[in-house]
Amino acid sequence: MPATERAVFVTVGTTKFEALVEHVDSLELLRALKDKGYTKLVIQKGNGAYCPSVIVPKGQTKATTEGVDVEYFDYSPSLAAYITSAALVISHAGSGSIFETLTAGVPLIVVPNPLLMDNHQVELGVQLAGMGHLASATPEQLLSAIKTFDPSRLKPYVKGSAAGIAAAIDKQLGFTP
Amino acid sequence: MLGLTAVLVLRVLTLMFGKGPAPKRSQPAKTMVVLGSGGHTAEMLMLMDSMGRERYGPRTYVVAATDAMSGGKALARERTWQKTDSPTGFGVVQIPRSREVGQSYLTSVATTLYSLAFAFRIVLRERPELVLVNGPGTCIPICAAAFTYRVLGLTHTQIVYVESIARTRRFSLSAKLLYHLRMADILFVQWEALAKTYPRAVYAGRLY
Repeated sequence: MPATERAVFVTVGTTKFEALVEHVDSLELLRALKDKGYTKLVIQKGNGAYCPSVIVPKGQTKATTEGVDVEYFDYSPSLAAYITSAALVISHAGSGSIFETLTAGVPLIVVPNPLLMDNHQVELGVQLAGMGHLASATPEQLLSAIKTFDPSRLKPYVKGSAAGIAAAIDKQLGFTP
Repeated sequence: MLGLTAVLVLRVLTLMFGKGPAPKRSQPAKTMVVLGSGGHTAEMLMLMDSMGRERYGPRTYVVAATDAMSGGKALARERTWQKTDSPTGFGVVQIPRSREVGQSYLTSVATTLYSLAFAFRIVLRERPELVLVNGPGTCIPICAAAFTYRVLGLTHTQIVYVESIARTRRFSLSAKLLYHLRMADILFVQWEALAKTYPRAVYAGRLY
């Protein structure tokens, strides 16, 4: 990977999140990313029907538009490599994506899915945004969030450990006093 | 008949209100783990990565019949562990889902009863000493079965519930049920605020 490549990775995990993909499929957003120094945009769009047709020519999954390399795909068995090599992740609010990104130390903008608003996913994004670990935005706010996003002001997330819970279970079962 | 009812009621109350650790043991505890979609399986396997697995086996993984991914993930992780752990039996069992997302509450009663019957059968057959769950609806019939058998003195199952890390301020339905009915021996939460709201819940750190 060229040392100057700065990739943005958009992911919806195993869900369908048309609104996010639609808002990312915008020349204005692409220009905003370019202005911020990003050189590549990779979109993992899930199994939604909407396929980007503005930032790539309709029917193509890869193109270079306005000086940014753009590609998209539905799903990949392991998103870890895309996350860890990204300079910015824009993700649905699933806890897996969120923590994988935070523990990799990659700046993160979380976009909760408005269709899942009664879903508990919103809580986690709000909690972590409140702690300063990530930024949160609706699909409509994404463009302005990208413009104002300052990764240097994020507080690093300190990884948790299962050791506490494991030890408590050992004690409960009688393996330790 | 009245006497029997009184004994059962007393037994339920003792189990609900008299929680304490199990007596000292060194033999491995047969373990049943309930997996679920949307991050539940990932969290459960993350926890088991850190547990002294020689103490918890053989292991039975319970997955909902409509969950195509969790069984495979568990088997893959077990194969990784078995490379370094001492050999431990493990297997995957399917259970009919109590309720699909969006299913009407009326039909949910019938499907819940069906999966409940299934759960009673599995738990009696396996007689786990530890039931480890973290919240998907599938876990409720299993916990209900395990608790019932313990009331009846047929098993000595410890029920350990770990609320999902995604729950920062409000309990999931599964957590509410197990907490208020006092069915779990320990109920872990992964955010301190929840432990303040629910004083009997235990905060012992986060999995991620």
